[in-house]
Amino acid sequence: MADTTVRQGSRAGGAGPLAGLSAWANRNVKWVFTAPALVFTVVMISLPVVYTVVLSFTDARGSIQRDFSFVGIDNYVEMLSTFDRFWPAVWRTVLFTGVAVTVQLVLGLAIALLLRKPFKGQGFVRVVILLPLVATPVAVAMMWLLIFEPTIGFANEFLGWFNLPAQGWISDPDQALPTLIFVDIWQWTPMVTLILLAGLSTLPEEPEEAARVDGANAWQRLVHITIPMLLPAIVAAVLIRSIDALKTFDLLYATKGRGGGSLNEAETLNILAYSLSFEYNDYGMASAVLVVFFVIIVAACLALWQIQKAGRRT
Amino acid sequence: MTTPQVQDEAKALTRQRPTPRRSSRRRRATAWRWTGILVVAATFLFPLFWMLLSSFKTSLDITDPSAMFGFEPTARNYERVLQEQNFGRFIGNSLIVGLVSTGLSLVLAVPAAYAMSRYRMHRSSGMLLLARVIPGVSLLVPWYFLFSRMGTVGTFLPLFVSHMFVTLPLITWILLSFFDGVPVELEEAGRVDGLTNIGVFWRIALPLAVPGIATASILAFVFSWNNFMFALVLSGEATRTLPVAIFNFIAYSSIDWGGLMAASVVITLPVIVIALLTQRYIVSGLTAGATKG
Repeated sequence: MADTTVRQGSRAGGAGPLAGLSAWANRNVKWVFTAPALVFTVVMISLPVVYTVVLSFTDARGSIQRDFSFVGIDNYVEMLSTFDRFWPAVWRTVLFTGVAVTVQLVLGLAIALLLRKPFKGQGFVRVVILLPLVATPVAVAMMWLLIFEPTIGFANEFLGWFNLPAQGWISDPDQALPTLIFVDIWQWTPMVTLILLAGLSTLPEEPEEAARVDGANAWQRLVHITIPMLLPAIVAAVLIRSIDALKTFDLLYATKGRGGGSLNEAETLNILAYSLSFEYNDYGMASAVLVVFFVIIVAACLALWQIQKAGRRT
Repeated sequence: MTTPQVQDEAKALTRQRPTPRRSSRRRRATAWRWTGILVVAATFLFPLFWMLLSSFKTSLDITDPSAMFGFEPTARNYERVLQEQNFGRFIGNSLIVGLVSTGLSLVLAVPAAYAMSRYRMHRSSGMLLLARVIPGVSLLVPWYFLFSRMGTVGTFLPLFVSHMFVTLPLITWILLSFFDGVPVELEEAGRVDGLTNIGVFWRIALPLAVPGIATASILAFVFSWNNFMFALVLSGEATRTLPVAIFNFIAYSSIDWGGLMAASVVITLPVIVIALLTQRYIVSGLTAGATKG
């Protein structure tokens, strides 16, 4: 008798907190499920970003463990006025992103339209355009470094077939950035194509059909019907590509190394911030560059978001 | 009316009423289209083919234009990379970092994505997406500070955490749009049958999400495998990953092109094989959410 009571009692006592806990978890499943991911994000991502903003107002340099003092907006003033590598880096970042993403959009749309209708060997071609996307960027950079090598590379050999003079490509300070933009276009145009193909597959056929019956030619149908209907996918593709192109690091650092080459000819904001952090150990200035860089990225995102909203309204 | 697309579209009509003029136009349009497709395929394939070709050349053949295609293939480059340069170890490191960071991210991201989708937590999901926008360099200085204080720079811990910065938002984003597409009726039926909220997730939503989880895991692993910047700063001699090992290849000596291309093939081949085997998953993952507007 006493034995059973104790056992019952202990069972109830053992299950009590557990049952209570699982009932509590069930009631708050929304936060129980999201809290671990959100805590990780706040601790490992949000706090470091806040720390970066704080560092940008200090003179932290040398060792990260050394004491530093607050210097107000000195870093920002120096960066915008006397620091001679800042503005060229801004210009290269904008140029790299603007040219690369524009060409990627035009070529990506053209290729998507080319591959839109089924054809023999479609599966093979779709795998081929997937390859640049998944290939490791550092390996892709090395591959193009060999192809564009001035004396032994295939690029100059190819020009030779047409009796064109050999070029310096990546090793020539004037040609480095355009050549690297070309490599970025090779690697990421397929991304735009894939997004636009997915977008095209969801479009209804009736509007195009109706326009064709009304006598609109292919160009008119593309400009007045297909592209407006495809606009959400186009904006999404441009948004995704712009964010990544602004932050391009692997390709530039692997081919040109520290500082973007001897004349800083391929130094974008990301490369500049990296150099300031890990070569000059000038954490204050590096953080100021990063804050401005982050503002540029967010501004680009908001601008594209506005375009999409405006496009949806019309 | 002379652009190729028009004739392409006109195919259906031509089939019904073939006139000589129409059919010659049609043939021309088809020829144009095939030329375009071939040019596209060749442009994307050739550089990778060239990398593969060069990896089997001796350093003499690489510098010799006449040996462009006609050369005696050698496996010496691969032997050198795998045995002398210790690439076996770097492959193992990349594998460990990719698998652990993907696994840890799955544990955090699957329930989070489910809850964010079902309870429409836009602000929380927006916060995770912020990770997509932040430049990785801005995290490296605080992380380096934190991990060197903990005395863990050069161990695997900083690599796991930093690669989760890549894999966690990616998995959350893909699964969020995946759960959005799963109808809630089955889950409601489960609730009627007496399942708790967690029971519904565990017994109904999770099994249904397996294809989405597969897609997200494959892509997360590929992105971790390819990541260069974090390991460049946070890895040590013993934990160096493949992209950093390849970068060091050119940093410390005159360039050994054959070896460099062999190393590039070694790092690229696994992801290309994954892409070939799971093509459909990869495409759906890369375009997830992008087409919903």
